[in-house]
Amino acid sequence: MSDQLLTVNNLSVAFQSGSITTKAVNGVSFSLNKQESIGIVGESGSGKSVTATSILRLIPRSFAKITSGEIIFQGRDLIKLSAGQMRKVRGNDISMIFQDPSTSLNPVFTVGNQLVETIRAHRKISKKAAKQRALELLDLVGIPAPDKRITMYPHEFSGGMRQRVMIAIALACDPQLLIADEPTTALDVTVQAQILNLMKDLQEQLGMAIIMITHDLGVVWETCEQVLVMYAGRIVESATVKELYQRPLHPYTWGLLDSQITESQDSDAPLSSIPGSPPDLSYEVTGCPFVERCPYAEAICHQETPPLQQLADGHAVACHFQTGSNTLERKEHAYREGTFTRS
Amino acid sequence: MRTFLLKRSLQLIPTLFVVAVIVFFITRMLPGNPAAVMLGPQASAEDIAAYAERLGLNDPIYQQFFDYLINLVKFDFGNSLSYNQPIVNLIMERFPNTVILAVSALLIAIIVGVPAGILAAKKQNTIIDYLVTTLSLVGVSMPIFWLGVMLVLAFSVNLGWLPSTGMGSLDNGLWAFIRHLILPSLALATIPTAQFARVIRSSMLETLSNDYIKAARSKGLKETFVIYKHALKNALTPLLTVIGLQFSNLLGGAVLTETIFSWPGMGLLIVNAIDKRDFVVVQGSVIFIAIIYVVINLIVDVLYKVVNPKVNLDGGSGGAN
Amino acid sequence: MVEVANELEQTRELQYAKARKEQAFTRKLLRNRFAALGLGIIFLLIVTAIFAPLIATHPPNQMDVTKSLLGPGSEGHLLGTDSYGRDTFSRIVYGSRISLIVGISAVLFGAFFGSMLGLISGYVGGRTDAIIMRIIDGMMAFPFILLAIVLMSVLGQGLVNVVIAIGVSNIPGFARVIRGQVLTIKESEYIEVTRSLGARHGRILFYHIVPNSMAPLIVYATMSVAGAIISEASLSFLGLGVQPPTASWGSMLQEGKDFLVLSPELATISGLAILITVLGINLFGDGLRDALDPKMKV
Repeated sequence: MSDQLLTVNNLSVAFQSGSITTKAVNGVSFSLNKQESIGIVGESGSGKSVTATSILRLIPRSFAKITSGEIIFQGRDLIKLSAGQMRKVRGNDISMIFQDPSTSLNPVFTVGNQLVETIRAHRKISKKAAKQRALELLDLVGIPAPDKRITMYPHEFSGGMRQRVMIAIALACDPQLLIADEPTTALDVTVQAQILNLMKDLQEQLGMAIIMITHDLGVVWETCEQVLVMYAGRIVESATVKELYQRPLHPYTWGLLDSQITESQDSDAPLSSIPGSPPDLSYEVTGCPFVERCPYAEAICHQETPPLQQLADGHAVACHFQTGSNTLERKEHAYREGTFTRS
Repeated sequence: MRTFLLKRSLQLIPTLFVVAVIVFFITRMLPGNPAAVMLGPQASAEDIAAYAERLGLNDPIYQQFFDYLINLVKFDFGNSLSYNQPIVNLIMERFPNTVILAVSALLIAIIVGVPAGILAAKKQNTIIDYLVTTLSLVGVSMPIFWLGVMLVLAFSVNLGWLPSTGMGSLDNGLWAFIRHLILPSLALATIPTAQFARVIRSSMLETLSNDYIKAARSKGLKETFVIYKHALKNALTPLLTVIGLQFSNLLGGAVLTETIFSWPGMGLLIVNAIDKRDFVVVQGSVIFIAIIYVVINLIVDVLYKVVNPKVNLDGGSGGAN
Repeated sequence: MVEVANELEQTRELQYAKARKEQAFTRKLLRNRFAALGLGIIFLLIVTAIFAPLIATHPPNQMDVTKSLLGPGSEGHLLGTDSYGRDTFSRIVYGSRISLIVGISAVLFGAFFGSMLGLISGYVGGRTDAIIMRIIDGMMAFPFILLAIVLMSVLGQGLVNVVIAIGVSNIPGFARVIRGQVLTIKESEYIEVTRSLGARHGRILFYHIVPNSMAPLIVYATMSVAGAIISEASLSFLGLGVQPPTASWGSMLQEGKDFLVLSPELATISGLAILITVLGINLFGDGLRDALDPKMKV
């Protein structure tokens, strides 16, 4: 209890559209200690964002539903909280920043207004005191001349500055946990590094835990200690960041790593991404969800879904052939075009 | 802001000029001698000739147009034959009545239509939503002159609760005034009410799907706060456009409503003037309504700026976003 | 050679995408029950208008003062008679012709001239655009029905004049919709490419811009038919529409208004006919818009 901040147990989320049910998240479990940072990595549609938004219960009620599991935060199951209790958690104990700061700030209110309303939603303080706090926060996230900036509208800020404002809003009530959903994806490359550094600094300074949702392993490498790799609504591999880079086990993780390497180092080589696309989660998936795209797949992979198995050093993987007794030989550039064709 | 107002006001001039040209040429399209048409079949040849001279009909057409423009700028719409008084007086007497009717209808529409639209969006895909959606579709399809007749049938003929025609004088007390106002303003309010509900519903749905709504919820704001502060202010921009448009429709719809309920406003004035073939009155009234409409649009544009700080003030087409 | 192959490949993909889109469109439209209901009403209206002589039980203008203001069902008059003893049912049936003729012709009139103005304005731009748009603004400064009323008061009663008056009132709306479309399409990349390849204006206009403006044009036109039918009824209601004794729902309503006590069904039925027709067209128009592009601002 002492160090544990968040424990997610067997979380499943389904989207309902007419008669079609899509299992967006399927039995996800992980835990997070205080002041720790964990990365959730995967392609779009892997369920990583849904997992994160489910923690704050912000998935659209009209069609999405948490079908099973529990989310224990500081000893309380968030799923069982009333709407009013949940509201007190949001922005106060757990806050969130989103992918695109240009759409996640309301265009018709000033930056100061949006900061002050957050503070006053959780703290019983005067408008003046809240404004003072807002100025401190803007200063904290490195916005110059906060007293001038506070009366400006979001469209008067640059992309990086807007994300700083979002971070300031998220930090307004000293949260224990910050969920960052692709916080740098919509930003210029030069600004990305600044924002990541800022988040790292603030984490050390304020001592909060971070869940970093991203499709970019590089971001995880920069900011996180733990990493979860998600595919088709499941966790397929989890390890410390170091371990994952040194000894990646799941063929999907290899594919992700390959695409990272070609992107950053060898710009002349054809961009290597994993051919094919994730399975349609509105159908029942039999066997390993990655089987259709996996260059190492064998008969068993089509029949049985591999469970996430714990190995040594806190490393876990969901693959029939990586469970300790038998291992796969990683092929060089297995995902390069020509080497692998879908059967 | 001041330069914006000035610029937009200057833009009105060409529009109003076009309005004047259109009305001038429509009235000149009258078959035969306008003077003869206006004076009616009993008029003698001398009368017609004298009247034609007075109207300047013997002058060359450009001279007529020029005189007509000069008079317009001086706010002189000419004199009515059938009412035997300056048209400006007629308008000043009738226009306030139309404003009373149109504003009551607009208020009903906003008070009923906007909450209905918000409710439908909040409860999307529930029975409440379907009810609002269906009723509002019936509403926008409603021939209001028929609705007016049906209201008279129900509340005046059958139930005898409310008067079917005329306008109550305030001298007879507020209730007499309101009793006369209820049916016509209800009839006139139907289409704008339905329109507002539809517009607010769809713009709220669009706004509620925005990231900043999710972000506002993630900050722990109360749901009512999220809807009425964050969503509604953004959803208001399309509503303003529609209010501007509907106000013009109200002035037009007033023609029918006023005819049914014998409400002594601009609409009834125009219809009666057409009956009496008093085209000077028609011409003056129509230009006046067009001016009012153009001015309302200017006000709507200014309100845009107040609601949405992102609106570009320099562009002439200062629409949403 | 490689480029040609690529282009072929792209064309095939485009065709495939288009076919899929069309399939999805029809499915979407038919799955929408309200749109199907609207289509049913429109179909019924067209059948009634075409086969009016077969459906009507009496000649629409046949008077018989001895049988005036009969109630529904009496003496073989399904819906009763009016003050001249004319059969209400038959007049409603024939009235659908006027609504349909005016609704369609007036919109075609407005759509043709409005689209021309919009195309020229949007495509040529500059001073031409400014002048045309000021004229359109001027026309839009009149409440829709008022412009039609004033035109009718000058033109005089009659079917053709009704079509012209309502058609003219429809011009500015179409001009705006089309101009907006042209401006959007004109700026798009593929038009730039076409132009840089030396395509002529006529080709760009009629092969690229016009087809791409069709979707909003069709939706707007559908909605406008509903408006035109209401306008015709309004004009006839004010005595400015088609010439008596031609049966029009609006003029029937006007006559019925004077006999509310004696024969309320006369006014009720003619108004209901207008409401149901307009509702049907609007239902269909809504469905059409949602199926074509839910974000369309029409």
